[in-house]
Amino acid sequence: MRRAPLLRCLLVLAAVAVLEALCRVGVIDRFTMPPPSRILEDLVRLLIAAKLYGAIVKTLTNVAIAFGLAATAGLAAGVLIHRFRLLREALDPLFATYYAIPVFAFYPLLIILFGLGDMPQIMIAFMLAVIAMIVNTLNGIDRVPNVLLKTARMAHMSPLETALRMTLPYAAPHLITGMKLALAYALIGIIGSEFIMSRGGMGFEIAFAYTNLDNAVMYPLIVLILAVSIAVNALIGRWERRVLARRGLR
Amino acid sequence: MTSKPSGDPRDDARRCAAGAGSTHARLRDVTKYFPVGRERGNGARSGSLHALGPLDLDLRRGEFFAMVGPSGCGKSTLLELLAGLATTSEGTITFEDQPVRGVVPDGVGVVFQEDASIPWLTVFDNIAFGLRRTKLTAHERNARVADALRIMGLHEFAGSYPAQLSGGMRQRVCIARTLVTRPRLVLLDEPFGALDQQTRLLMGEELLKLWRETGATVFLITHALDEAAMLADRIGVMSARPGRLLTVIETNWPRERDSRVVEEAAFGAITAQLWQHLRAESLKAIGRQDIRV
Repeated sequence: MRRAPLLRCLLVLAAVAVLEALCRVGVIDRFTMPPPSRILEDLVRLLIAAKLYGAIVKTLTNVAIAFGLAATAGLAAGVLIHRFRLLREALDPLFATYYAIPVFAFYPLLIILFGLGDMPQIMIAFMLAVIAMIVNTLNGIDRVPNVLLKTARMAHMSPLETALRMTLPYAAPHLITGMKLALAYALIGIIGSEFIMSRGGMGFEIAFAYTNLDNAVMYPLIVLILAVSIAVNALIGRWERRVLARRGLR
Repeated sequence: MTSKPSGDPRDDARRCAAGAGSTHARLRDVTKYFPVGRERGNGARSGSLHALGPLDLDLRRGEFFAMVGPSGCGKSTLLELLAGLATTSEGTITFEDQPVRGVVPDGVGVVFQEDASIPWLTVFDNIAFGLRRTKLTAHERNARVADALRIMGLHEFAGSYPAQLSGGMRQRVCIARTLVTRPRLVLLDEPFGALDQQTRLLMGEELLKLWRETGATVFLITHALDEAAMLADRIGVMSARPGRLLTVIETNWPRERDSRVVEEAAFGAITAQLWQHLRAESLKAIGRQDIRV
């Protein structure tokens, strides 16, 4: 293992060990938080019991839908906005301040518009994720060297072909960053909205366990969300490293 | 060796720029203005910069023509107009009797000054990229790319990515990508700028060899007077911005030539003659403001 990832793992393990010690000696009481080793045990027990599979599948499916929509729409919107300078100039300040808007405040409106199903949660996650994708798509396309666009013209490539074979591949590192952020925002959007407007999903189960002081469910689910997020990010990170390595950037 | 100047410099330039053989590309009164200054509501700019022209030039079929001029005189702009990558503000350009206006004509290849290697493609795929629209079989395509790799000394790096190569090697990849398409008009914008002197001489020899083999017309833009003097049949000298053609110097080198022409006495004379024309223009180019508002 390379030194930086090894150090990262050691730091996380050290933090977990400190937490374990604080819980074991009673500095953190067991009603506030069980020791990490106990959380892990509870997680294994929950997974074996398979009681929460429905909630896990619902959350992850909604995250995947919101992420897929945001990545696709964000990419298409980014390409489109880049083509129209006036539109870009009009929208840039809005993108810069977008994350100051509390998207969750729109949930009553979204329930009126989309009903009580999963759609309002997906929409909140989408609204959070799509801007990250648009902004990173624009950043990536901005950096495409003019000489590569000239090369595309010399090769008689159509605008669509230029986008697919020159612009987007060049912008790929930025697109991947956009995807990583979009995934994080989609996860935050879905879990967050499950806390406030859902009758199912991991967010709802965490909120329910919290209300009932059920630490044996709440903490394992939090750990599971962390694990899923880290695993998916690691997968995208792997792809990113391959893309960057080809360009001599890593 | 050079056309004799007459009273009107414009007439001189027009006369000496006209080729004696059949004309491959013809430029007439080619002028370029770039919008500059504050942007108005309708997207237009408040002023314009007179970058080039009016300029007349006939490129003879199969000749090697080099263009030299002071920095910022519009050499690269001229090349882009000729390639169909930009449109003239005034004047006309024809290639093989067809007008060139903002669309790259078939049969024209360009090697740019900047690194145009495609970072996510291997050297082999970068070179083959130029052939993607041809109707060659995979075997023919691979053979052409292999030839280009050999000529450019890149055969050991066919599977490498541009980031793994030096700047000079990347430029050789770009040259190979253009030449592999066998264009009838090759436009070169300072293609050897990133190469060391020895490699420049050797690449110049390879270029001369390819030029002889393919019979293409070559239009080279360069800062290097010795490079122009070594490679070209004719050398155009441009004025400071707005770039106009001051004169055209004939080198009279035989078609079968290589870098050893630098040993000839005539080589020094040509270089000196170029500098004689360029010195005053280079001085003029420093600190000039030709913005017409």
